Amino acid sequence: MSSQAAKAQEILLPVKTSIIVLSLALALFLNLLPWSGFGLLIRPDFVALILLYWCIYWPRKVGFATAWGMGLLMDVADATLLGEHAFAYSLLVYLAIIVRRHVRMFGAREQVWHILPILLVSQLAILLIKVYNGAEFIGWGYFLSSVTGTLLWPALSGLLAILLRLKPEPEQI
Amino acid sequence: MDTQLPPLFKRGPSPLTRLVFFTLLSLLLFVTDARFKYLETFRLSLSVVIYPLQKLATAPGLILSRVSDFFATHTYLTDENARLKQENLLNAAQLQRYQALEQENNELRQLLKARDSFQGNVALAEILYSGRDLFSRRIVIDKGREDSIRPGQAVVDSIGVIGQVTRAYPLVSEVTLITDKDQTVPVQVVRNGLRAVVFGAGEAGGLELRYMPVNVDLQTGDQLVTSGIDGTYPYGLPVAVVSKIERDAAYAFARIFCTPSAGVNQHRQVLVLTSPTRAPENLIADPSSKTEAKTKKARRGN
Repeated sequence: MSSQAAKAQEILLPVKTSIIVLSLALALFLNLLPWSGFGLLIRPDFVALILLYWCIYWPRKVGFATAWGMGLLMDVADATLLGEHAFAYSLLVYLAIIVRRHVRMFGAREQVWHILPILLVSQLAILLIKVYNGAEFIGWGYFLSSVTGTLLWPALSGLLAILLRLKPEPEQI
Repeated sequence: MDTQLPPLFKRGPSPLTRLVFFTLLSLLLFVTDARFKYLETFRLSLSVVIYPLQKLATAPGLILSRVSDFFATHTYLTDENARLKQENLLNAAQLQRYQALEQENNELRQLLKARDSFQGNVALAEILYSGRDLFSRRIVIDKGREDSIRPGQAVVDSIGVIGQVTRAYPLVSEVTLITDKDQTVPVQVVRNGLRAVVFGAGEAGGLELRYMPVNVDLQTGDQLVTSGIDGTYPYGLPVAVVSKIERDAAYAFARIFCTPSAGVNQHRQVLVLTSPTRAPENLIADPSSKTEAKTKKARRGN
């Protein structure tokens, strides 16, 4: 990452819808891998992370409707109560929209301290819905997924930034 | 600090309004999905959308196992061959005995003018993946409505019951394992014929016999088989073995822990009993009788 100004310039580059769709599909694919046991416990929610990224950097393109739709797909894939992930992801988008201007001032490593609470809150929402519907709390290990997701954030946002910069944009600049 | 221009034309309602809107939408879905079963078709159509992704996601594991199968060593194969031959011999001996017994049983049944309860129509299915929901114990198998799989059908392995189909999509279906929290299976104790209902304990993959009096005639090691009362599971499939009994006179009921007989978490292939089991007619006039309620619960799978 160079200077603050250069970064802001990058942010202004338009992003193609196809890239957003592709990244969301890839995140869904990663979530759908046959995780089980401890792997499932520590699996970061890739869809949540990708949604968070687009909401922070391109809030015009990805918002509540996209997140809610992705949540529904996750609910069907995981065979959970319909609306569970949908609600958690809308909450995530709301928090992302509120803090995004603030978050964008920091580098990827400092952003982590904003990402962790957001992921935790959305996981807590899912937990509360489950417990309300009669599930038992499975222990604090449940929140490990948010921690691993947060650890993945710098790598993920760095990778996406590089990918977007590599894209040839003849009309720009 | 923000270098981007502030939006000159505010587009649409504020984030908070949107959050409230989508929260209400989610709430509506919760209620409709949990209380009424109207959304099944919606779920089915969405499942078709993500089916390719799901299939793709299970591919790497499948390829890995195929490749490792291909490179299986010669000694391993000869060993396995020898073992299988031995097993086959043992099974053949048992099969002969079984055939004799079946014939005898048929004769006896004909004498009694009784109908055989289970014709043995099964579909072999492969487990695609185990459920990714940490709070429930479910698996997804690669057969669906196309292969005449319907919700409520029992799923077994070579040893005994492992679960019940709770949702059948066109190409895959979802099986709730008997160890899922509050999943019920009506059982009978082999030793003394005692009827009971075994509940999934949820955590650590165990089972529990609830609502049994402290002085109940049960011992550790007792075999539990399906009683067939519910009309979902055919009679006589092994379900669990009693592993621990806590009798504390301070409580009204004994705490009885069981371990499932079948390899609930082990196999790749399972059998779905697709033939309709004839539910016994409800002879009791009162629809709110206990058996009825139990059956409903077992069928619904939750």
